[in-house]
Amino acid sequence: MPESSFISIQGVSKHFGSIVAVDSVDLEIGKGEFFALLGPSGCGKTTLLRMLAGFEIPSQGEINIDGEQMSTVPPYQRPVNMVFQNYAIFPHLNVFQNIAFGLRKDRLPADELEKRVSDVLSLIKMEGFGERKPDELSGGQRQRVALARALIKKPKVLLLDEPLGALDKNLREQMQLELRQLQKIVGVTFVFVTHDQEEALTMSDRIAVMSAGKVLEVGSPEDLYEHPQTRFVADFLGTMNVFDGHIHARDGDSYIVDTRELGRISARIESQDFSKGEKMSVALRPENLQIVNSQSMTVMDGSISGVMSNTAYFGNSAQIYVELEGSDQPLVVSIQNLEGAASKAAHGNREVTIGWSKSSVLLLKDA
Amino acid sequence: MKSSTDKTSLSAMSLWRRYPALKGYALASPAILLMIVALVSPFLLLAGTSFKIETGSSDEWMLSLANYEFFFEKSHYVNTLVRSIFISTLVALVTVLLAYPAAYFIAFHVHENKMLWLIMITLPFWTSYLLRVFSWKLILGYNGFINSGLMWLDLIKQPLDFILYNTNAVILTLAHAWAAFAILPIYVSLQKIDKSLIEAAHDLGENKIYSFLRVTLPLSMPGVVAALLLVFIPTVGDYVTPKLVGGPKGLMIGNLIQSAFGRLDNWPLGAAISIISMITVTFAVCLFLLGINRVRKVLI
Amino acid sequence: MSKSSLNSSSGWLRSYTVIYLVFIYLPILFLPLFSFNDGIYVAFPMSGFTLNWWAEMVNQPGMHKALWNSFSVAVPVCLISTTLGMMGAKALTTYKLYGARALTGLFTLPLVTPFLILGIALLISFDNYGIDLSLFTVGVGHVLICVPFSLFVLLSRMESFDRSLEEVALDLGETPWMMFWRVTFPIAMPGIVASLLLTFTISFDEFLLAFFLTGDASTLPIFIWSQLRFPGKLPAVLALGSAILIVTVFIVIVAELMRRKGSANSTENVI
Repeated sequence: MPESSFISIQGVSKHFGSIVAVDSVDLEIGKGEFFALLGPSGCGKTTLLRMLAGFEIPSQGEINIDGEQMSTVPPYQRPVNMVFQNYAIFPHLNVFQNIAFGLRKDRLPADELEKRVSDVLSLIKMEGFGERKPDELSGGQRQRVALARALIKKPKVLLLDEPLGALDKNLREQMQLELRQLQKIVGVTFVFVTHDQEEALTMSDRIAVMSAGKVLEVGSPEDLYEHPQTRFVADFLGTMNVFDGHIHARDGDSYIVDTRELGRISARIESQDFSKGEKMSVALRPENLQIVNSQSMTVMDGSISGVMSNTAYFGNSAQIYVELEGSDQPLVVSIQNLEGAASKAAHGNREVTIGWSKSSVLLLKDA
Repeated sequence: MKSSTDKTSLSAMSLWRRYPALKGYALASPAILLMIVALVSPFLLLAGTSFKIETGSSDEWMLSLANYEFFFEKSHYVNTLVRSIFISTLVALVTVLLAYPAAYFIAFHVHENKMLWLIMITLPFWTSYLLRVFSWKLILGYNGFINSGLMWLDLIKQPLDFILYNTNAVILTLAHAWAAFAILPIYVSLQKIDKSLIEAAHDLGENKIYSFLRVTLPLSMPGVVAALLLVFIPTVGDYVTPKLVGGPKGLMIGNLIQSAFGRLDNWPLGAAISIISMITVTFAVCLFLLGINRVRKVLI
Repeated sequence: MSKSSLNSSSGWLRSYTVIYLVFIYLPILFLPLFSFNDGIYVAFPMSGFTLNWWAEMVNQPGMHKALWNSFSVAVPVCLISTTLGMMGAKALTTYKLYGARALTGLFTLPLVTPFLILGIALLISFDNYGIDLSLFTVGVGHVLICVPFSLFVLLSRMESFDRSLEEVALDLGETPWMMFWRVTFPIAMPGIVASLLLTFTISFDEFLLAFFLTGDASTLPIFIWSQLRFPGKLPAVLALGSAILIVTVFIVIVAELMRRKGSANSTENVI
């Protein structure tokens, strides 16, 4: 939780006819945070962002920014600016005119305007591009112009709608870093929408994971990745092996859980409370699983045997799919590809034993 | 940047902003108003007028079906209506048949300068309708371009009198005058077709003719239907073309309406003929659309 | 499918299209051709070159009046119908309107009704409300048929219009009114120019409606119609027709270039 709430979203819902796009969302975002709204397409994250910008009005609930009620304030009176998904660069204006667009009302003298624009141009490392026409810009340059155009307004909050979605993979990784640095320099609160979990994990201070109009969990990237509370979040962030189960018993610092696929396993008790017999899910990250062989030194808290069916290489690592008896769902095991470990391990249709430690078993509430 | 709007205007404004569609209706309202004042209300008056008949004194009117009875009693009127529908149907078919290959060529075989071809092909239709129709009279006339030209070349001794003042001349002239209304919708519907669909048909073993019949033609049908209607409906009411090149055998219902408002000075009769024509046209269009639907279902 | 068969079918289509173009252009090229012919009959053989008919046309007093009348109808008509068309196109493309289809249908109605019937329906209305026929009544009729044209030209322009460009203007602090003038209007400009030129041309050349709605002051097409009755005046009418033709062709080419250049630009700008 941020120490002071800068943006406060309270019980906000948005209906389009009979469709509920955003369903009673509560969120507090702190000043200077880099905050991500993450979720699959259609989860309502963009609608929520557009309500912050003022393009949609909440059907219910309130939005406050820096202590001011915002819900019905039109976009042009909000201390908030937005970078659109397609960047929305005005095709009839050059780069300078695009960036200076929002300063008309300030009636700055020409030299002052010139200076302000050239300052942001150097901030986005595009000195000397002022006279360029939008169709002469690359995707990355368009994105920077859109950023500059919004930042020159000195907004209290910068909203970014899928800011990297239109860029190719290499450029995207570079821009992730640049955006992060830029945010540190200008110190503005950034709220950005993305469907890319990797992007959200790399860039943000905190993430709100959304599904079907609701915010399921809010937390730092590490929190959400290491200790997801719900099955949806566990599944959505990274690869995860998830199995249905129910609580058999509580035993000291562990729960004993029965699953059809893994049998009876034990897991360390974290913050969550389960009652005996409660239906829930058990999750294991592929990177927390190991292939156990006779020479293995580590002592495993749990293990299961299966038949290796498939291997997917990712260069520096590989994922091995292990078929478990009585299950359609293979167990995914990730191994580091050290000295060709992946290809050594991948001798098809071999029977293997997979092991894990108790602390890596995640217990998830069924939402 | 702060919102300093007071409470009352805030509620009016938030209503405005909460239901943005209201702004849409407000924006469209002048055009809607125009359509009501200059289209809907005149049609209601037209319908009303068609039920009027003159009584003895000049300003007295009464309501009656007499104008309609009069129309259906005169075989000349009924025949003219039937002929108009027939002529317009032929015109629509001929226009679309002539236009389709040209539209197809521009859509699929022209890769550069499509724009130039389109401008070239639609340009003449922005010139005066009157002059375009009139020029056919000059071409087809007794002393016109074709006759005088053929005689000059000694190919004929007597001017051909069958080329002007008949139904064929009307069809030819109308097919020329309305060509743009056929080409554009057909071109647009062809242009929209994803070229990979046609390639897929080839890939699945259909030759060019069959992939045209099974893929291109059905996908361009919306354009063809639009073209047929856009030509058929307005031509039923044309009176300039029949008057200039149709002769007595090429008269159409538009000429009857026009003379009711002109020479005969019997507005209620003219209004009745208009209403009858419009109902007939609507009926014909509905039949046609139903037929198209039937055909589509059988094919798919 | 062999390459040669493709080329041959393309060749056939090309020849057909060229013949079709000849069919379309032939009648229209007659007007200028015979306006320079030294004889009153439009017949072969042509008798020789003359500029007399053009001179006669230029000196016809009735023509000047009619030309002026046509302008004074067409200019307001194109301005009013483009304004209404722009507002309608903006409404239909920007907002989710209930009954948008019905509205589009209503706006299409004048295009799918025979102009003759539009003409007499308006004639009856004006008569009913005691409005005397004049250039004003012609103008009303022309606005009625020009609004759909304008609307559809601008709709196609506005449909490719990226809504987020307007939103970004609001986001950067512009009011909706200033947003329209700084973003929407300049981007829609080619479509607006095209609409102005096309509606001007439609009004300038329109005969079917004007025939019923003209009072004492006649527009150019009505003037031409009245001249067609006199064979001796025919060559001068041909000269007049040729002049109109040239101007119209020029206007339409400019309009089309504007419209298509604009739409080509907008597709480039879609990322």
